[in-house]
Amino acid sequence: MMEFLNFYVVPGIVTGSIYALGAIGITLIFGILRFGHFAHGDLATSGAYLALGATALLGLTPWAALPVAMLLTALLAYGIHRLFYRHLESRPKILTVIASLGIGMMLRSVVQVVWGVDPLAYGSGIARAQAFGPLMLRPREIATLALTLALVATLLAFLRYSKWGKAMRAMSDNPDLARLCGVDNDGVTRLTWFIVGALAAASGFCLGINTELTTMMGWSAMLSMFAAAVLGGVGRVEGAVVGGLVIGLAEELSVLVVPSPYKSATAFVILLAILLLRPQGIFKGKVL
Amino acid sequence: MASIGLINYATFMGTMIGIYGVLALGLNIQWGVTGLFNAGIAGFFAVGAYLSALITASPSPERIMGWELPVAVGWLGAMAGAALIAWPIGRICLRFRSDYLAIATIGVAEVIRLVLRTEEGLSGGARGITGVPRPFGGLEYSLSQFAYFALVIAVLLVVYWALERQLAAPWGRMMKAIRDNEQAAAAMGKNVEKRRLEAFVLGAAVMGLAGALYVHFMRAITPEAIDPMIATFLVWIMLILGGSGNNRGAILGAIIVWIIWSMSEFITDQLPAEIATQAKYIRVFLIGLMLQLILRFRPEGLLPEESGQRTSPHLPPSR
Repeated sequence: MMEFLNFYVVPGIVTGSIYALGAIGITLIFGILRFGHFAHGDLATSGAYLALGATALLGLTPWAALPVAMLLTALLAYGIHRLFYRHLESRPKILTVIASLGIGMMLRSVVQVVWGVDPLAYGSGIARAQAFGPLMLRPREIATLALTLALVATLLAFLRYSKWGKAMRAMSDNPDLARLCGVDNDGVTRLTWFIVGALAAASGFCLGINTELTTMMGWSAMLSMFAAAVLGGVGRVEGAVVGGLVIGLAEELSVLVVPSPYKSATAFVILLAILLLRPQGIFKGKVL
Repeated sequence: MASIGLINYATFMGTMIGIYGVLALGLNIQWGVTGLFNAGIAGFFAVGAYLSALITASPSPERIMGWELPVAVGWLGAMAGAALIAWPIGRICLRFRSDYLAIATIGVAEVIRLVLRTEEGLSGGARGITGVPRPFGGLEYSLSQFAYFALVIAVLLVVYWALERQLAAPWGRMMKAIRDNEQAAAAMGKNVEKRRLEAFVLGAAVMGLAGALYVHFMRAITPEAIDPMIATFLVWIMLILGGSGNNRGAILGAIIVWIIWSMSEFITDQLPAEIATQAKYIRVFLIGLMLQLILRFRPEGLLPEESGQRTSPHLPPSR
């Protein structure tokens, strides 16, 4: 039983919260800007490597480098929008989807040129797991969960109570109506990209600190993140969190029933099942 | 001697262009004519390649099949196999906007890659399948290369001719009507979902055929033979640059993009080893950038779709 908790459930929840951070970004873009953002995994990779760059250049500890990376990735996300996505806004959304697939490749290849393709790590120290009753948790796992919790709580409060948060929800519900009511759609778009970029960096960073940094890690995680966003309901932040946790747990638990190489196919199976049975997702999101 | 090397190189290039041309034609049915975003082209290509190899190669104790059947049977099997995989995916995803199809096809390609890597009894594992027969394979090297090149071009022309006929038929007009205004087409009594599924499956079958053409050219296949994302992406650029919706555009795009792609490889191969690995990624960056520039400055491609009334070369704003 303890073994089950410590070897499957705990890693599942940690992976799940990493997926949740990525899925929130995907669901916000899908819900507010109305397209599937296929560069999202590679945006997370970029954030993770920017944090690595900050540790090397500024001499920061990894966790102190995270806010720097989040800020830089937020700017990067907005810059990509300005340079490559904005002029496609008036055209069919699917063109932006195609463009984002290319942006993902571009981001990945920049990382590969700058940092090389060999796996890297933030630090060399071996973190020992601490016992909490029967549970064994590593400090980085606790930090990942705490960070996810803090970011999600802040974002939910922001969306619920602040003026800009309400504007984001309004645009998600109906962009034309929101504009008529005086919502600055361009402003909301800008804000969305900042939030999405920062969250993507956090998710990439947690992915890197819990395993290692590889240039393909974001791309590989993206399928799981998309599945989480659809499972939770497109446009629903709380749905993305639940979806992320479900997908993370399902992947870790899948090795009990199928050979471990097929772990990464779990998310795909769940995605197809949810599209078949309940395309609006658990939390009744949009179906585009 | 040099001139024979040059001719062999040109034949090789021509064959690859022919194979990519077939892929681009397959994508044109899905994207150009029907507006479906398939981001897992490499998956359907791989299924076709492996199936045709297994049907035609000699048996091996380490894996299944190896039926030593004629190459034509392998090609038909490749098309049927790719179509069979496309069908359930299409059934599930074509009810929604193409974003869902895109992520699902990325997933399919990923799962196919996992299966090929893991199930050694099926795919020969990392060593792959060798000894795949090639039509005209018994001839002397240059002649055999050239004969296969001619065969690939013949297949390309047959596929082109068949698709042109299909598009000129009422079916083609109906597909474009669905693409350009789904609601109007549905209101006219067209079964949108079923027609889309037809186009998706047909396109996948053509991609499977391209995989079969490839495997008989290379006479072997391994899971790492093609980089799935780069191959998929190249086909996309070929079609968008050449002209979505135009079969001749798809072939023109295949010619231009493959020449640019292999010339850039030729250049980076000349570089010293330490820069050469980085240059590989710079090439990928540049084709990504190329797509952005085409989407921005020439979205209709070099040979835009020919049609009487349509003013916009693209789908109307979606729901």
